[in-house]
Amino acid sequence: MTNSKKNLLNYVFNIFQIKQQTYMKKGILFLFLMVGVLSINVIAQENAGLELPAGFKANLFAENIGSTRHITISASGVLFAKLNYPNKDGNTIVRLEDVNKDGIAEKISGWGKFGGTGIYLKGTSLYASSNEAIFKYDLNSKDEVINPLAPVTIVSGLIDRRQHNSKSITFDKANNIYVNIGAYSNACQVEDRKAGSQGRVPCDILDSAGGIWKFDGSKQNQTYKDGKRYATGLRNVVGLDWNTQANQLFVAQHGRDQLNSFYPNLYNDAQNAELPAETFYAINEGDNAGWPYVYYDPSAHKKIVSPEYGGDGKKEGSSNYIDPTVAFPAHMAPMAVLFYTGNQFPEKYKNGAFITFHGSWNRAPLPQEGFFVAFVPFKNGKATGEWEIFANGFAGVIDGVKVTNTSKAKARPCGLAQGPDGSIYVSDDTKGAIFKISYSK
Amino acid sequence: MGNKIGINSIYKIGICFSIVMTMSVTMLNAQNLIKGKKIFETRCLVCHQADGGGVPNMNPPLDGSTGVNGKDIVRMVKIVTNGLDERVALDGMYYNNAMTANPDLKADAIADVLSYIRNSWSNKAGLVTVAQVNAALLKNKSKKK
Repeated sequence: MTNSKKNLLNYVFNIFQIKQQTYMKKGILFLFLMVGVLSINVIAQENAGLELPAGFKANLFAENIGSTRHITISASGVLFAKLNYPNKDGNTIVRLEDVNKDGIAEKISGWGKFGGTGIYLKGTSLYASSNEAIFKYDLNSKDEVINPLAPVTIVSGLIDRRQHNSKSITFDKANNIYVNIGAYSNACQVEDRKAGSQGRVPCDILDSAGGIWKFDGSKQNQTYKDGKRYATGLRNVVGLDWNTQANQLFVAQHGRDQLNSFYPNLYNDAQNAELPAETFYAINEGDNAGWPYVYYDPSAHKKIVSPEYGGDGKKEGSSNYIDPTVAFPAHMAPMAVLFYTGNQFPEKYKNGAFITFHGSWNRAPLPQEGFFVAFVPFKNGKATGEWEIFANGFAGVIDGVKVTNTSKAKARPCGLAQGPDGSIYVSDDTKGAIFKISYSK
Repeated sequence: MGNKIGINSIYKIGICFSIVMTMSVTMLNAQNLIKGKKIFETRCLVCHQADGGGVPNMNPPLDGSTGVNGKDIVRMVKIVTNGLDERVALDGMYYNNAMTANPDLKADAIADVLSYIRNSWSNKAGLVTVAQVNAALLKNKSKKK
């Protein structure tokens, strides 16, 4: 029999099999539903469907508020969320207040017309970013916005070419803003994401993107010429935070994709699923993390020359580029970093970093990874190099059943914030859930 | 009586003939869909995902997409061939990733992969023929000039 005939028979046979399986699946599904209806309520009420370490509890602080990216919390516990798109009320900044202190927001309002990711509350100044600018709103003593229609422009004119356009922000102790300007490219090819297109030499994208820029948080109407490129060679940083103990910036980078799509002779599907690492860096001024010239191989613990720049999957890159402080599995997409300074959680969490992982897509056809919050222990301002999963189950799958198709994930962890009582909050940017995670002995 | 049997036989032959015809047409389509599936798996799956659901904010879904299930074959062929580097607004959502071009795909391969995509998951749109693809390629070429 020829191959095509075999395929044909297989195809017809498969259809019968699929039908049979469908009936079986329907039966099993029904059983699961019966059990599920009884048990889901209990689980959902207890931990909002999340798996957590012993002693931790989670509940839904809010649901369906819109595509919630980063979040920030006032000293009195009012939470502000930045949305990627206007929600059903037409707002892109949402204010959530838990008036009766039951852990659930009941007073919800909003304003703002620009979509974006970054939001950061410093005293009574609420900074929020669009995909090309940073604005400042002022709050009154009740944490209510005074100038919802007339924010002050702090920075504008930052590059937004769709890809990697989130302008995440954080502050140091001296009121300087650090903003990510992601590279509008995968690997700085002459033609982006085109097989065989070589890397640009030098990569001119790095002049205005692919790094962290520093601006003065108290000055108005700044643009590129008023800021400073603080660190470069970072493809796309969505999660960043200032470590007050080490007095240092830490950033989490989204590594490049599609090694196997464009270089099938160098990388197979399995290798692409594990390369390159998602990297977490301790940044000093002037650092270069090496994108697009190198990527980080987490199993070899080496910086490897990108194939667009003559790499063969093994050739080591320049030692001038910094090494990550932690290397995570590939493609999981780190979205926010939060250094824990509260007193509620056990001692080991103090000054350590929580990192949300959005969940991958570029591991396909292999199952996806991520969709969780990781914890990175720190000692004296330095990461120990270890990491662990802190909160899992956001995607809606439990116990090893993995998400294959990213759009089927129920929730995708994005923003992080610490409440005044030491609880942490995790946002989801699919439908806009906010989970509150607390600890009690 | 003999006449009756004769008519019966004609009916039977007719029925058999139409079954064979339907089967061979179905088999032809099935073969195209198998070829289309293979192309999808090597070139499209990583971004558009095995379930055609895409990736929120990045890669648009093919399953249930009004574009994919629509009538504008010319545009579909153009996207497959040239890729797409613009913000895509589709069914109330926006998608930002650049799509890779496939200039090496021949007309029959484009027809197969489009037919597969338009008849997979919940999609039930018409098959795309090689003639339609050729016409679209010609149209896109003349537009370029």
